[in-house]
Amino acid sequence: MTSLTETVRFFRDAANWVGSDGVPTRLLEHLRLSIVATLVALAIALPLGLWLGHTGKGGQLAINVSNVGRALPTFGIVLLAVTLLSIGSLPILIALVALAIPPILTNTFVGIRAVDRDVRDAAVGMGLTDLRVLRQVEVPMALPLIMTGVRTSAVQVVATAAIAPYGGLSEGLGVYIRNGIPQRRIGEVIAGALLVALLALAVEFLLGRAERALTSEGLKAPAARDVAVRPATSGSLS
Amino acid sequence: MRGGLLDLAWLGRNADDVWARFGEHVTLAVVPVVLGFLIAFPLALAAARRPGLYGPLLAVSGVLFTIPSIALFVLLIPFTGLSRTSALIPLTIYTLLILLRNTVEGLRAVPRDVREAAEAMGYTRVRQVVGVEVPLALPVIVAGLRIATVTTVGLVSVSAVIGQGGLGQLMLLGFQRQFPTPLVVAIVLSVALAVVADLTLLGVQRLLTPWDRGRAA
Repeated sequence: MTSLTETVRFFRDAANWVGSDGVPTRLLEHLRLSIVATLVALAIALPLGLWLGHTGKGGQLAINVSNVGRALPTFGIVLLAVTLLSIGSLPILIALVALAIPPILTNTFVGIRAVDRDVRDAAVGMGLTDLRVLRQVEVPMALPLIMTGVRTSAVQVVATAAIAPYGGLSEGLGVYIRNGIPQRRIGEVIAGALLVALLALAVEFLLGRAERALTSEGLKAPAARDVAVRPATSGSLS
Repeated sequence: MRGGLLDLAWLGRNADDVWARFGEHVTLAVVPVVLGFLIAFPLALAAARRPGLYGPLLAVSGVLFTIPSIALFVLLIPFTGLSRTSALIPLTIYTLLILLRNTVEGLRAVPRDVREAAEAMGYTRVRQVVGVEVPLALPVIVAGLRIATVTTVGLVSVSAVIGQGGLGQLMLLGFQRQFPTPLVVAIVLSVALAVVADLTLLGVQRLLTPWDRGRAA
């Protein structure tokens, strides 16, 4: 079929691998935007989630943030941010960060709250300070869930960054889709979509590996059982 | 940028168009959830007792779930063009993981005592499933339907990139004209639709599971 040949032709054309519109440049732009957005979201949501979880405050808030986050149409939020704040990378970055916060915040909060009360009490009884209880007991035990939140956010950011060109930011792999559709360059469009899909799958896979590597050995067996009852929160979807 | 955040005069002039886009949005959200449930429910019934089937089903739907929607919409263009079908297929695919997982977990959470009691009372396998296990799993199954519906309502807009999108068309219009009103109206309607659909499903669940009403969250 023609679209397949067109796609193959796109990838085989050396001109598409160099310059400002080349695959490596677009891929790096996409990665840079995604990494910055995820790190900023992490810097905001992680301390907040740890604090709320450790003190037990604002549980309803953390859960509500996640529910509202799911109902928000990411497409509209990105376009509204750009319309209100002017075109450029900053409004897009703000929208990406806002969308990446809920999964990290909620999973961190739930993970810390789910730490067995007896374990926490034992740590306090042994004379650990608040900070050490958090660092040495609660965080290691909550790590699988925290990492699930980070993974969910990262994949979602990669997906939403592909919408950025629709908000006037000509960066990242979404440019191929944004420019290709009106000009009916189907090979370029399909290539862009394939690259976005592969990048999202790669991020999901690599962060999944990181989660397993970071999880304490002692937690691995029971964690496998917990996964089965975890509510549906993972994934990209935007 | 013009008209402030909400230009009511624009809304008055374009009420018919907004209403039509809202109608498209409802169709694009409801059809995938119904189709997804028709696919996921039988699969979940089959997979609930067979880990050998559940694992691969979960893996496949998980990979599909991870593919960004903008990519999946676009990847269907060679097959179904810039059509409504190209929007409906990915949206249906995204509901599968949520519906499959919640239905299987709901069925698996039915207490063994209850299952054994039904068997001891001479219930056939079909009656055990239809009369005992599915009703008891209903709160978890409906919870899955609620998540799938809210998620789908939020995703529909992205299909504006392939000329569909319901309210997503208004979002694109607002951005292209640097005019916030259509954007704000579309976002508010999309969130309102998600909330109403969520509460409706919760109400349906309470009607169907009167025994669970005291505990339902």
